[in-house]
Amino acid sequence: MAIDSKVVARAAHLARLRVDDSETAELSARLNDILGMVDQLQQADVDQVEPLAHPLEVSQPLRDDRVTEPDVRDKVLPLAPASEDGCFLVPRVIE
Amino acid sequence: MSHSGNWEVVIGLEVHVQLATESKIFSGTSTRTGDEPNRHASLIDLGLPGTLPVVNKEAIRNAIRFGLAVNADIARRSVFERKNYFYPDLPKGYQTTQLAEPIVGAGEVVVRLEDGTEKTVRIHHAHLEEDAGKSLHEAFSDYMGHGQTGIDLNRAGTPLIEIVSEPDMSGAEDAVAFARKLHSIVTSLGICDGDMSQGNMRFDVNISVRRPGEPLGTRTETKNLNSFRFMEKAIALEVARQIDVLEDGGEIVQETRLYNGETNTARSMRTKEDANDYRYFPCPDLLPVMVSEAEIQALRDELPELPDARKARYMERYQLSDYDADLLSGSIATARYFEAAAEHGGDAKLAANWVMGELAAKLNSEDKDIADSPVSAEQLGQLILRLKDGTISSKIAKQVFEACWNGEGDPDAIIEAKGLKQMSDSGELEKIVDQVIADSPAQVEDYRNADDAKRKKKIGFFVGQVMKATQGKANPQQVNQLLQEKL
Amino acid sequence: MHEKTLTELKAGLQARDFSSRELTEHFLDRIKRRDGELNSFITVTEEQALRQADAADQAIAAGDHRLLTGLPIAHKDIFCTEDVRTSCGSRMLDNFIAPYTATAVEKMAHEGAVMLGKTNMDEFAMGSSNETSFYGPVKNPWDTERVPGGSSGGAAASLAARLAPGATGTDTGGSIRQPAALNGVTGLKPTYGRVSRWGMIAFASSLDQAGPLGLSAADCALMLQAMAGHDDKDSTCLNEPVDDYLGALDQSVDGLKIGVPEEFFPENLDGAIADNAREAMRELEKQGAKLVKLSLPSIKLSVPAYYVIAPAEASSNLSRFDGVRFGYRCENPTDLEDLYKRSRSEGFGAEVKRRILVGTYALSAGYYDAYYKRAQKVRRLIRDDFSRAFKDVDVIMGPTSPETAFKLGAKADDPVNMYMADVFTIAVNLAGLPALSMPSGFVNGLPAGTQVIGNYFQEGRILNVAHRYQMATDWHQQAPGGFA
Repeated sequence: MAIDSKVVARAAHLARLRVDDSETAELSARLNDILGMVDQLQQADVDQVEPLAHPLEVSQPLRDDRVTEPDVRDKVLPLAPASEDGCFLVPRVIE
Repeated sequence: MSHSGNWEVVIGLEVHVQLATESKIFSGTSTRTGDEPNRHASLIDLGLPGTLPVVNKEAIRNAIRFGLAVNADIARRSVFERKNYFYPDLPKGYQTTQLAEPIVGAGEVVVRLEDGTEKTVRIHHAHLEEDAGKSLHEAFSDYMGHGQTGIDLNRAGTPLIEIVSEPDMSGAEDAVAFARKLHSIVTSLGICDGDMSQGNMRFDVNISVRRPGEPLGTRTETKNLNSFRFMEKAIALEVARQIDVLEDGGEIVQETRLYNGETNTARSMRTKEDANDYRYFPCPDLLPVMVSEAEIQALRDELPELPDARKARYMERYQLSDYDADLLSGSIATARYFEAAAEHGGDAKLAANWVMGELAAKLNSEDKDIADSPVSAEQLGQLILRLKDGTISSKIAKQVFEACWNGEGDPDAIIEAKGLKQMSDSGELEKIVDQVIADSPAQVEDYRNADDAKRKKKIGFFVGQVMKATQGKANPQQVNQLLQEKL
Repeated sequence: MHEKTLTELKAGLQARDFSSRELTEHFLDRIKRRDGELNSFITVTEEQALRQADAADQAIAAGDHRLLTGLPIAHKDIFCTEDVRTSCGSRMLDNFIAPYTATAVEKMAHEGAVMLGKTNMDEFAMGSSNETSFYGPVKNPWDTERVPGGSSGGAAASLAARLAPGATGTDTGGSIRQPAALNGVTGLKPTYGRVSRWGMIAFASSLDQAGPLGLSAADCALMLQAMAGHDDKDSTCLNEPVDDYLGALDQSVDGLKIGVPEEFFPENLDGAIADNAREAMRELEKQGAKLVKLSLPSIKLSVPAYYVIAPAEASSNLSRFDGVRFGYRCENPTDLEDLYKRSRSEGFGAEVKRRILVGTYALSAGYYDAYYKRAQKVRRLIRDDFSRAFKDVDVIMGPTSPETAFKLGAKADDPVNMYMADVFTIAVNLAGLPALSMPSGFVNGLPAGTQVIGNYFQEGRILNVAHRYQMATDWHQQAPGGFA
């Protein structure tokens, strides 16, 4: 499974990571190494096997429909890099 | 613009229904709206590091209720997945939703069309997911010469059911009928408040056109329509646009469009990039939701009356026509109003006529919902009682209704205050009739010379005069009778 | 005081040999004087620690003795601690003052623990050497030119150097056990779902578990007793009753069946490491345990499976770090895309970026089935191998790490080689089983550890095995010369 700079660029964009041209080559090589190791998975005979998402196969506990969380705005808004009038700020988004 | 030849329209709907639970789907935060930004956004809703989701039982139950109401398969095991993408109103950088194993499977809804025929629209599936926050674009200070957008996460985490239909609709009428039916179902179930202006229900319409017999055309998606009227117009607009493009030899580009109800125009949404790869995978912080037969049966047993059943009941109990019953049972607000008015007034037919007639007209003209009607069901009921017992005529009733609408009080009070009681005192009436006859010798002559057929019409003049003289308070039947005797 | 175990210190406090204040000051002082050589702490919470110590002393005076009353503990900087910086070893969270406290930490505080500070770690728990931290690498106190292992390197190093008598860590692929082995201390990863993950910054949600590191199995039992338990804020935290770990420590191991997988002793394993583990098992045989050879054939795919599943989950878990609501934001973002890309690229280090890219790729359209789904299937095979084995044996043992502490920088350019450091520990996380590492001697002058794996919720059993071993040996009492 070869990773070239285009694949790296696409994955980087999906992950909102900036990858400079200078980094791409090295990154591709590294990722290819990792995927080369990971490709051992293809050896496994798993046709009849179901994926295992959680080690313990239990079901989701459900919570009663009650309001239990308080207003924490005064506590968390100060953590924001930019805020105004109670809102978190980002550069203008045009839909 | 006229189009050449036959075009078939294929429409599918994706409907987002906000569930009216107390708390959010993955956190115990209030779902209340209308407060200041970020007052209902907990650590979990904000996606702070180390926070984890916990599932709201009522959201699951509401989804099952919906599934039962549309005769759908209820999944005994359903799985929440992560839909990964970046947007400021999506705090975790993924939306927790369902994909491969949704809680509600294939179902169907039957809708009644204008011409009285019925159409079945199939539902592909319905799944649970969390709503995103809101981006507010106005009134934030600039930063380094760039405008800024404010993010309010109050809405983030509100439970949604997304209902995906099959592309079974062939035009705006089908689509709106289906949308209305869904609205009726979810409000009857009590799982959604159904206030479209508040965004409780949002519709995305997928539209494509094709020549009959050809394969499906490329479809476009028009998002976030929140009124039936807008849906109708948006569909018409897009269908016309697509046909124009194709007839000009062009191709339809698969895209998402936004409709502007005020200007009745639509535009392509500025796509940030080509098709997003959402990299769905089961959310590792959540386990599969298991539902038992017993739980499903219990929910089935306690389902409230659904629109179809209500319609059937109206037809049977109140002897309403298919059309009337359909209209009145369509929305739970209307149904409740109608039944209350029928109860108070003791006459379902009259109540039906008034609700579908005068009331509907007034509501429409002022763009009001029945829930905001200044005339309450009890008041309408009172009006009907007075009609039935002959206190007022139907003409006067309209006057009383108008006054009641304008806040002048209950019908009885209005009738009293304005002295609108129907005049049924024969003596008094006879005098007026005599007077009218005496005042219009020419018309009397004309009447007497006319044959039976023409008389029927000409008597109207006298009736009119009498009504005028009595300020409409005379009982029309009585007036007619007296005139016929005397003329 | 720093030569004593947590258990001994607890007894000392109860006997009023010294106060919690004295104890806490002692360790704070040691940290001040010696941590410069190790860099095992990111934040030292001096004021808070002293306040907590004073409160503990009052409690003790009033006769209120809880599990950890007055005992100083160092918490890995992956646990949110209210009003205290929680950095996760990353520039991304360098300015993040957590607004709440993780359940595991809260439970220990409720049991009277005193927080010394937050220990250094590989960035976002991604690493096996504690070299990827934004705050610089941690040094191994046994040889400061060598790594302490990771990602809980700071926790293990501070323990070994006697800068803290107890510590918490997290283990996703071996991050408690491997550094424990490389530092000559004991470290335990509980069953998945035993300890709440609420407040523990997520790396790979289906693999992460919090656990104790200590100078002995008894110390670990004490800490685990406080940490374990149901938390309804964590859907994956099970509602299983918590066993009496301390009570189970002294059980006899006569008749204990120890499984020895051939896959834990591969051809290419360093002979001295292999011998070290065999020696440890022989010690238990002396006490009546029986060795049973077995095979866990799917284990050889555990590293590839892990390096798909963990990065995939991480790539999603780390999307919330976007410069919008908290954490690092780049200077003067020109638009939204710039905000995201620069904040994330400047905030994350190279290893984190690499893993996010691998994870993103593994989940992307066209590759999901071949990578993620396939890895989850292999996961089931691994889990089933263990389940089968535990029908015949009580515990499974082998070396914790294929090597002792390597030199700083030795694997910098070779991530795959670095990943192989976890070859014996990773399968345990995939299966969700409990496992610990106990010090079992030295190889070429550096500490080596032996792993004890138990069946689900058998923490008591594996602690018991380690404790019986430690009653007959004194490896766990050895301290690095420079820090004794």
